Amino acid sequence: MTYTRAEFPIESHSAPFHEVDCQVKSNEAINDEYYLLILNAPPEILDCKPGQFFHLLCPSKDGRSPYLRRPMSIYGYFPDKGELHFLYKAVGEGTRTMAQLEAGERLNVLGPLGSGFTIRDEWQNLLIVARGVGLATLAPLAQEALRKGKNLTAICSARSPEMLMSVERFRALGANVLTVTDSEGTSGVDDLEGLIESRIAQSGVDVFYTCGSNRLLKLLQRLGAKHGIAGEIALEQQMACGIGMCQCCVRSLRRGGEIVYERVCKEGPVFDLQEAMEW
Amino acid sequence: MVDLAVKIGSVALKNPIMPASGTFTEDLAGVFDLDLLGAHVTKTITPEKRIGNPTPRVCEVQGSMLNSIGIPSKGVDHFVREIVPIYQKFSAPLIVSISGNTMDEFARICEKVSVPGVAAIEVNISCPNIEEDGKAFAMRPSTTLRVMKVLRGATDLPLWAKLTPNTGETPDVARAAESGGADALVVSNTLLSMAIDVKTRKPKLGNLMGGLSGPALKPISLRMAYQCAKSVNIPVIGCGGIETVEDVVEYLIAGASAVQVGTATFVNPTTMPRLIDDLRAWLFAEKFQSVNDLIGSVRDDEAADSVVFMEAAP
Ligand SMILES: Cc1cc2nc3c(=O)[nH]c(=O)nc-3n(C[C@H](O)[C@H](O)[C@H](O)COP(=O)(O)OP(=O)(O)OC[C@H]3O[C@@H](n4cnc5c(N)ncnc54)[C@H](O)[C@@H]3O)c2cc1C
Ligand SMILES: Cc1cc2nc3c(=O)[nH]c(=O)nc-3n(C[C@H](O)[C@H](O)[C@H](O)COP(=O)(O)O)c2cc1C
Ligand code: FES
Repeated sequence: MTYTRAEFPIESHSAPFHEVDCQVKSNEAINDEYYLLILNAPPEILDCKPGQFFHLLCPSKDGRSPYLRRPMSIYGYFPDKGELHFLYKAVGEGTRTMAQLEAGERLNVLGPLGSGFTIRDEWQNLLIVARGVGLATLAPLAQEALRKGKNLTAICSARSPEMLMSVERFRALGANVLTVTDSEGTSGVDDLEGLIESRIAQSGVDVFYTCGSNRLLKLLQRLGAKHGIAGEIALEQQMACGIGMCQCCVRSLRRGGEIVYERVCKEGPVFDLQEAMEW
Repeated sequence: MVDLAVKIGSVALKNPIMPASGTFTEDLAGVFDLDLLGAHVTKTITPEKRIGNPTPRVCEVQGSMLNSIGIPSKGVDHFVREIVPIYQKFSAPLIVSISGNTMDEFARICEKVSVPGVAAIEVNISCPNIEEDGKAFAMRPSTTLRVMKVLRGATDLPLWAKLTPNTGETPDVARAAESGGADALVVSNTLLSMAIDVKTRKPKLGNLMGGLSGPALKPISLRMAYQCAKSVNIPVIGCGGIETVEDVVEYLIAGASAVQVGTATFVNPTTMPRLIDDLRAWLFAEKFQSVNDLIGSVRDDEAADSVVFMEAAP
């Protein structure tokens, strides 16, 4: 789904996204690298779609104050509980200051932003393939797919079994979860290809969903083309505004024999798998 | 009631706060009513389609940012057909930013955007001119004068010349723009800068270098706005690093009649409406009846002219 400018509801005063200060409910390390942040959020920002993201204004901590906002996928949105969840890896200045947020403190968020994944009615057998923090992006998709009564298989990949996150979350939702790890030597492209081919042979696959990695992109593009399976991928790019104004977040896509550029924050972050290009 | 209305030549603004080119689109209507703004300024467009620069196109530096977006453009025909009509729903005047690689190209696009619904044309003469080894028109008084004369001949609409900080001749460039027919000056665009990742030793921008914007730019563009206001009789619009009402007030005191807000909107999308409220409150608290009484009120009487127009730090 893409917006054309003319369709954008500019006369509407009921804004499709909001800038809000939320209170931190909890913010805890779930292993050596990843944190789970839970915010108390007002209902107007919890009307989210799987694959959308928020643009977070990182706090100033220890004299460090990251200037730009940081884009973060929605890991979970729960209108009934009034909660918004993010799963993130502390990699640099912004995410490290986020990791220091304590319960009761406030975090300014802008969102929900971007266009999310599509789940077509005719798709019954869905396959998620994700690694690391990519699982965060795909968790709400799993929830929505299962709510719609789809059959969902999730192949979760990580460096080692301890780094496998969200497996319980996917299982609890009723997904069929397969895990592969580098330390067990099961996450190579050939292994994955075998695993996916056997899913296709056993129960059929109507659509692939993935995010992030070049390796997975290439593999799924190849399998998708071979078997005529649709696919979507969530991409990342450096952002400034997050709402479509600055044009810094573009990615190149192959479309109709041409290379086109689209904004990850607006037309994305979810793109057609076959149109996506390696980077 | 405090009167916030200002005039930029023949263009009346209900308040002096407007967006900076390239940092604003109608997408911001998702966050607030765009008719709160004094004017709408669109992203620079070029005559032909262009794709812009390689990624990464932005990076963060301490408290500010660099960008090398370039000017991705869907071309002027698309702009006139698709974008101009969107803004007709608003009462705020529409200011269209244009640019060209050559004087000819510049004149051609200037004619093409002179359509009903456009209140003024902002001419981004801070962009590279391929006829002058890629030096921006606004780096030198001579090229500024020439391009402004050509542009003046191409339209009857008010022309706002957007200047660059990448020059050592600000007052002369400002006077050249005025003599060439500019109706106002926008001061200024971004400052050429660089950042390198020390681990990978790679420049942080795909284009290697880019423009500095945000709070770090403010003292530089404020100095330029002051020099320009002292050099010309046409209105000056301040731009660079504005985040708080004090920043706005500082530019107005220096002699700017209005201001543009860019990067701050990326950090807080509601910055502009907040600045309008804060400016009204500030003027009220300081007992001003009209924002016009503040403009150019800088107390610099003791400064000799030689200091006002200096081009190197003492
Ligand atoms: C749509 C989207 C969804 C994302 N979802 C998640 C998520 O759920 N969990 C998670 O851990 N990470 C996610 N990321 C990546 C996350 O935004 C970056 O890890 C984060 O911005 C790094 O900031 P930093 O200051 O810690 O790192 P630094 O390296 O210090 O950041 C420097 C600058 O580069 C930008 N940057 C660095 N890495 C990335 C990246 N991968 N993508 C975009 N910008 C980057 C930063 O925003 C910042 O402006 C997502 C990115 C995008 C675009
Ligand atoms: C992402 C980005 C894109 C920009 N694009 C343009 C442009 O197309 N034309 C232009 O005249 N200025 C452009 N500018 C410069 C701004 O209009 C403004 O002059 C500058 O950013 C300084 O103001 P600020 O510090 O408030 O951002 C751009 C700035 C940024 C940050
Ligand atoms: S981040 Fe500004 S357009 Fe996407």
